[in-house]
Formats: sequence, structure tokens, C-alpha cells
Amino acid sequence: MSARLATSFRIVQQNSILVLIALLVALAGLIEVIRPGAVNASWVSNILEFAAPLGILAAGQTLVVITGGIDLSVANVATAAAYIMASQSPYGVTRAIALGLLVGVLVGIINGLGVAIFKVQPLIMTLAMGLVVTGSLNVYEQAVARGVPSVPAVVHTLGSDTVLGYVPVSLFLWAAIAAVLIAGLRGSGFGRLLYALGDNLEATRLAGVHAWQVLLTNYALCGLLSAVAGLVLAGTVNAADLGLATILLLPSVAAVVIGGTSIFGGSGSYSGTIVGALILTVLNSVLTLLDVPDPVKQILYGGIIILLAAAYTRVLGRD
Amino acid sequence: MAATVTAAKPRSSAVNVRRTLRRYGWTIAVYILFALLMVATVIVKPDYGPFEWNTLTLAALPLAFAAVAQTMVVLSGGIDLSVGPLMALANVIALRAMVGHDIGYSIAASVGVLLVVTLAGAINGLIIVVTRVPDIVVTLATSFIWAGVALLVLAKPTPGVPFDYQNLAQGSALSPWIPNALLLLLVIPLVWVPLRRSRAGLSIYAVGSDRNAAFRSGVNLGWSRILAYAVCGFFAACGGLALSMTTGIGSPLAGTLYTLSGVSAIVLGGVSLAGGRGGMLGPIAAAYILSLIPAVLIYLGIDPNYGQMIQGLLIVIVVMIGGLGAVLRRS
Repeated sequence: MSARLATSFRIVQQNSILVLIALLVALAGLIEVIRPGAVNASWVSNILEFAAPLGILAAGQTLVVITGGIDLSVANVATAAAYIMASQSPYGVTRAIALGLLVGVLVGIINGLGVAIFKVQPLIMTLAMGLVVTGSLNVYEQAVARGVPSVPAVVHTLGSDTVLGYVPVSLFLWAAIAAVLIAGLRGSGFGRLLYALGDNLEATRLAGVHAWQVLLTNYALCGLLSAVAGLVLAGTVNAADLGLATILLLPSVAAVVIGGTSIFGGSGSYSGTIVGALILTVLNSVLTLLDVPDPVKQILYGGIIILLAAAYTRVLGRD
Repeated sequence: MAATVTAAKPRSSAVNVRRTLRRYGWTIAVYILFALLMVATVIVKPDYGPFEWNTLTLAALPLAFAAVAQTMVVLSGGIDLSVGPLMALANVIALRAMVGHDIGYSIAASVGVLLVVTLAGAINGLIIVVTRVPDIVVTLATSFIWAGVALLVLAKPTPGVPFDYQNLAQGSALSPWIPNALLLLLVIPLVWVPLRRSRAGLSIYAVGSDRNAAFRSGVNLGWSRILAYAVCGFFAACGGLALSMTTGIGSPLAGTLYTLSGVSAIVLGGVSLAGGRGGMLGPIAAAYILSLIPAVLIYLGIDPNYGQMIQGLLIVIVVMIGGLGAVLRRS
């Protein structure tokens, strides 16, 4: 009996994503209990629409965390990309979107330079770059931007329209990113190098890998994904202001951690992060349904994230 | 003991100077940078007087406490992203307790605030030690929790800190060039110096520099880390009370920026984020530098909106130079 128990425990340990999906289903069940009939196709559609920007933001975060780093500038980059895109849209939509994405890549490259070549701790480098990005955006808003920033129709469609009634357009983008990331992390040399660097930087370097090139590319990718997430978010809320994505910083790290990627690097997957992002979005929906005041919601959100992370570390024996 | 000292004497001074430079070089550089900035400020603004100096000390006071709070945790090898919300928590509880009361009552209330927020800091540490969840994740989450609690205590910015209490920081009792806000910094050595010399303070450094070695030397890792977070809470509470004194209001969002600028100050102040290395003098000077920059920009007639950008750039450049130095020394 105990042998079978141990076996099933091991199965759970090895397939932690199943536990996460079970948790996701349980949360949806909780909503159904609180308000019977609430869980239907349009609810699922809503959840996916709101999870997409977080999921894409957390995609960049996953890449960086796998290498043993962290990027605390993702929310600032997303905000800056969205704001610059929206304020530049009168001069051509393609150009505006390209500029928004460029901001992300540039900040990512600077982050990568600092971390990979100057050996600055990722936490500090990205925290300081976040400050630079937000500060520069303030200057830009005061000095350069004219008129009220408006989200172009195509971005609005991307962020909030649905196909066939229920499938959000952003889901296609998210699914494409997810497919590339999951396949790339498992199957490509670049993906395997990310795990190797996160597991043991020195050993990987001694094995002849140009670590700085990999890290630099990786941070640039993270910046690009953050910018994409910012654009999608601007489309979803159909507005861009200077605090657009600020609230997504904690969830972007939490989705990665809940999804089973070790914050010390070297292990994890994007599929876990996807489920993590979905869990956090559903959790938000539960808290909204409970109709508690905002501060209480904030406290519960923080508390539950700690509990989930603790359960992960304790029950599944990982950290 | 005496024999060792005499034996070491012949090759002393040069070695000692070099050792002192290696150990305190960064701190000395930070103070020189501050002095240069002050000289530049006086050149830019020839009528720089006690009033401007007082304004600077008032602006730097909460930041200095935020930096020192963060330093405590970083020395123990951790990080606390909830310093800002902890400051806000202290700030709003203080307003709730003090409004409409006299100075004696307010000071008694401050002691209560210090206790409560020290406890909140200890809770941060306790969660990290008990759950073994990484400190970044825990304190990022508790930063939401403490900010939520602060909003529950006080929903929106409210004036009403007693004037006598504000004057604890705003006046200058001794001389115009020694404002009270400068004297209040003495709280830091009052707590830090005895702590650093104690067994507990030594174990905080030990845990921060090498956790395995500390464990094998019989240091209680859990307690040392919780202690570091508790002292961090205490200094964050001081920062929140400093905000009450300098702004005269209680605001649930007052602390938001201080998490970030506190970390900036310790990086500029030469505290190693890897833990176990650094002291309190560097971060305090860094807090003054970071507070002086926006003022200088205003004296120069530059839009203060550039302040945040320049602060960020300064930190990026400083950490890159520091990193490059470390890389070159190794190779």
C-alpha cells in the first residue's frame, strides 16, 4: 500500500503540471460554486483574453529565470512600448508598432550588456533599467508626445476581439509564441544552452560556450516579448497610460515560480508558466467575484501567491 | 597579542593603507563624490545656505532609513522588496495614532509603530525561513500584502501629523548648519554599532557571506535571517516616521518609490548584493547623493522630470563600472 502511495507521489512529483491543472480546475469549480452558471464559454474567453498579456510577459521572464537571472524591468518595458506605440500611431501604425517593439529590444540589449559583459547582478541591472525606462518615458511624455495617445484599431483588434464568438485573437499570438518557446527550449541548441547556463555558468563557459552571446540574445528576447505583451495589453484595455503594466510585475514573476521554474535557474518550462498565468488570472476572477474591497483583494492575492509557492517548494520538493 | 602586533609592525603602514583602501575604498569614493557634488552645487547656486542644506537633509532622511533597512537584509544574503510598503505602513499607522494628540503622546505612539513594523519585518523573515520560498518571491508578494494593509489603515493621503512632532525633524535646534534631520540619523549608529559588535550581528554577516560555512560554525541560520529582516522592519519604520515628520501627512502610497531608491542607494553605497560585505556609511552618503541630484537639476533650471532618468542612468553606470572593475581584477 505504502509502496503504491510512494509511486503515486513520485508520479505527482514528476508531473507537477498535472497538479497545477487540477488546481486551475478547482479554482474554476470554486467560481461555479460561488456563482452557479458563471463558468461558461464567454467566461473562459474572458480569462484567456486577460491571461494573454500576462502569459506573454511571463514568457520573457521564464527565459531569463531559466538562466538564473530575473528581469524586474518587464512591466516598465511593456508600459513604455505600449505608450510609445500609442503616441506615435498618428504617424503610421506600422511604424508605431515597430518603434514600440524596438524599445523593448533596446532595453533588453542594455540589460543583457550589463548582465553578460559587465557582470552586474540581474536584479540590480533590471531594477535600474526599469527606473531609466520609466524616467525616460516621463520625459518623453512631457517633452515629445503631443496629443492624447490613441491605440490603433489593429492593436485593439489584436487585444480584445474574438473569432467565432469566443476565441480571442490574442490567443493565436500567445499560442504561436508558446509553440516556438516550448519547442525552442526543448529542441534547439539555444534552448539547451539556457538551461546549461542557469545550471552552471562556469562549467558551460569552460565547455567553450560564448556565454555572453547567449545571455545578451536572451535578455533582448525578453525585452521583445515584454514589448509584445505591452502592445497586447494596450489593445485589451484600449488605452495606454504611464502606469499601464505596473501591476503585472509581481504576477509575471509569480506565474514563473508557480509554474515550477526554479528561481535559481537551470530547470523549468514555459508550459508550467502558462498554467501559472492562467491560475493567477482565474484567482483574480475569484477575488473579483467575492466582491471584497481592493486592499483586501491585494492582501489575499499576495498571501495566496506565497501559499502556492510554498506548496510547490514543500510538497513537490523543489525550489 | 602584543607580540603579534610588534611582529607585524615592520611592514605595517603600506600594507595597512592598501588594506584600508581595499576595504573602504568604495565608501571613501562615495564620500568624495558627494563632496564634489556639493562643491558643484555651491558653484551652480552661489547663495546656497542653511535653508537649502536643511531641505536636502529632510529629503535624504527617509531615503537614508530605506537604504539602511535594505542593507540589513542584503548583508544577510537576502533582499527585501517590501521596504517601501513597510515604510508606508509605519507612516499611516503613525497618522492614525497621532492625529489631534500632543507631542508626548505622539512619541509614545512612535514606539508602538516601531514595534508593529519591526514585527511585520520579522514576519517577512519568518515566511522566508519557514516556507523556503526564495526571498525575492516572498517579499514581492508581501509588498502587496503590506501595501494592502496600509490602504486598510488609511484609504487616502490625510494631513494631521502634530506640528511639534514634525518639528522633531524640520527645525535645527543646535545650529542652522546642523539641522535636526541630520541628527536623527544618529538612530542608525545607535542600533547598528552595538548590533554589529554583538554575536548576532556577526552571525548576520556570516550567513550572508557563506551560508554553509556559517551553518557548520554553529550559527543558527533561521534566527539570524529573521533577525536581519526584523531590524530591516525597524529601520523601515524609522523611515515611515521620518516621512510623517518631513511631509506632515500620512499616505498609504508614500513609500512606493523607496523600495527602488533604497536598493539604488545601497548599490551606489558599495554594499555587495551577494551579501556579507559592506556597512552603513556608504548607503547613507549615497542617499544624500541621490537626494541632491534632483535639487541640483532644479538649481540648473532643468525639468525635474529628468531626475528619475538621471538617477537610473547614474546607477547603471556605477554598477557597470563596479562590475567591470571586478572582471578586470579577476583576469
